[in-house]
Amino acid sequence: MMATEANVNINAEIGEKDGVKAKLRRLCRQNPLAVISAFVIVAVIILAACAPFLTPYREAQQDLLARLQKPSSAHIFGTDELGRDVFTRILYGARVSLVIGIIPPAISLVIGIVLGLAAGFFGGKVDYVIMRLADIMLSFPSLLLTMVLMYTMGRYANSIVCIFAALALAGWASVARVVRSQTLSLKEADYVEAARSIGVGKWKIMFRHILPNCIPSLIVLYTLNVPSCILSESTLSFLGIGVQPPAASWGLMVNQSKQFLFSMPWLALAPSVAIMIIVLAFNFLGDGLRDVLDPYLQTR
Amino acid sequence: MSKENVLEIRDLHSSFFTDSGVVRAVNGVDLVIPQGKIIGLVGESGCGKSMTAKSVMGLLRYPGRIESGSIRFMDKELVGLPDKELRKLCGNEMSMIFQEPMTSLNPVLRVGRQVEEAILVHGKAEKRAEAKKLVLDMFEHVGIPEGEKRYSCYPHELSGGLRQRVMIAMAMVCRPRLLIADEPTTALDVTIEAQILQLMQKECRESGMSILLITHNLGVVAEICDFVYVMYAGRIVESGSVCEIFDHPAHPYTRGLLHSMPVIGGDQEYLYAIPGAVPNLLRLGAGCAFCGRCEKAQDRCREEMPELKAVGEDHFSRCFLHETEG
Repeated sequence: MMATEANVNINAEIGEKDGVKAKLRRLCRQNPLAVISAFVIVAVIILAACAPFLTPYREAQQDLLARLQKPSSAHIFGTDELGRDVFTRILYGARVSLVIGIIPPAISLVIGIVLGLAAGFFGGKVDYVIMRLADIMLSFPSLLLTMVLMYTMGRYANSIVCIFAALALAGWASVARVVRSQTLSLKEADYVEAARSIGVGKWKIMFRHILPNCIPSLIVLYTLNVPSCILSESTLSFLGIGVQPPAASWGLMVNQSKQFLFSMPWLALAPSVAIMIIVLAFNFLGDGLRDVLDPYLQTR
Repeated sequence: MSKENVLEIRDLHSSFFTDSGVVRAVNGVDLVIPQGKIIGLVGESGCGKSMTAKSVMGLLRYPGRIESGSIRFMDKELVGLPDKELRKLCGNEMSMIFQEPMTSLNPVLRVGRQVEEAILVHGKAEKRAEAKKLVLDMFEHVGIPEGEKRYSCYPHELSGGLRQRVMIAMAMVCRPRLLIADEPTTALDVTIEAQILQLMQKECRESGMSILLITHNLGVVAEICDFVYVMYAGRIVESGSVCEIFDHPAHPYTRGLLHSMPVIGGDQEYLYAIPGAVPNLLRLGAGCAFCGRCEKAQDRCREEMPELKAVGEDHFSRCFLHETEG
């Protein structure tokens, strides 16, 4: 009888679960914009992946007899000065933007996590050296930095690889700062001390006990880094040092259409709006995720 | 050292080296824990109880460190032992339960995995399945019902009592020789407190494990301890068996502590409190640290530090009073 009583008590003591489903529901209710953004991002990914099936033209297929055409049923967004279908190039350009939006922030995330954890956990000289490096990275204008890197590396490697390297190198410092500050407070946590008291080693504490507790802020940081990388790529391509023609990139398309800005505005408008939509979608998603994942904002 | 003693602390000094000076939080503590006994360490907040425990477990962090003294565990000297060696002992041969079950479990790891970690770190099981079985046995042992279900719970899904049981399971899963319990029941309510204390006592009787129970709750001490050390401002001021301490408290501080316990049915209108507060450890004078609050303080108390002197069988006290009285 005693045992059953204890069971009932303990079952009653167990609190309600705030699981993933509940979090998603809260996200939908509080921030519909973030949910719409998520759908937009998924749609763009599908469009980019299915590009060859959605359009009869190829990315760099020229039709010099049909140059600079107005939007029509054959060419939804018209054609550019070499007779290439703008809609097709937007679809293929989305591939570039997505890949550049997703991979370099991931690389800088990994570098930032490792360096930030090391700085926060070991402190002292390690901390000093890593953080001064980060300070230097952050005090240097990142666009200028990527431009310099693109110029110097461009001779040795493919332009996409260069953009990856340049953007990843410019982005790790902010990640490292966030991870370091979280590590500094988390390593004083009772459960880290408890883990030490049962003999768990340094590395396990860093990666098993401290890192998982940083993940919510890292997700937010990542989703906010994505649009800034997309923008950087567009800027670099617009300036002519990013993606090289004939490959399609939204920034490059804006650049090539700037001379027709007043006579045929749709040529510049289509890629510009595409950039705007994807950047806004990632930003809204990032904001929404922050609201859901940040424990300090959860009381609302 | 004698075979029966699991832990012997001799003249331990642990200090914090802060910008405003050296805080001697543990100032020459001698403490012995025999096998299979429950030893109480009592005192007010900030008197160095937890610092003593952390010194043993090697958990002191900058700016705190052990200055001098000796901590012998079994036949190993822990002071000066490399961190790697110490980590091998921690959780395996000796382990610790913390005060705050709410924050001592990692919120993003399932509790079963956290207990399992102690087993895997010390290589007590080869495979995870084996370790899981050990964990479930331990859960049952410490009175966590439906262990299989609890195994995959996150800490926030459990109540305070259950979490403290998980902490105890984590500390005991490798069957340590010594368990340091740093105010294990302070954050729990009274019914759960009794259960947890019973559990620790049972463990002590059945497996011959020794326990160092750090607490400021004298009721708990009277309940389960065999021997008591009273600590004040980084020093042991009185030590003796539970009966001796409760029946014949020798040091004015111990008397004050006992006197401040509320008595049910007593006719006192106000609860007694020792006047004043624990002195600032940065500005300790040469004399007895308690003299500022002691009713029987003499001039000598302010100038000289009394030694620990025997006042009975296995009963020591650090006070000049006994010389004049005796």
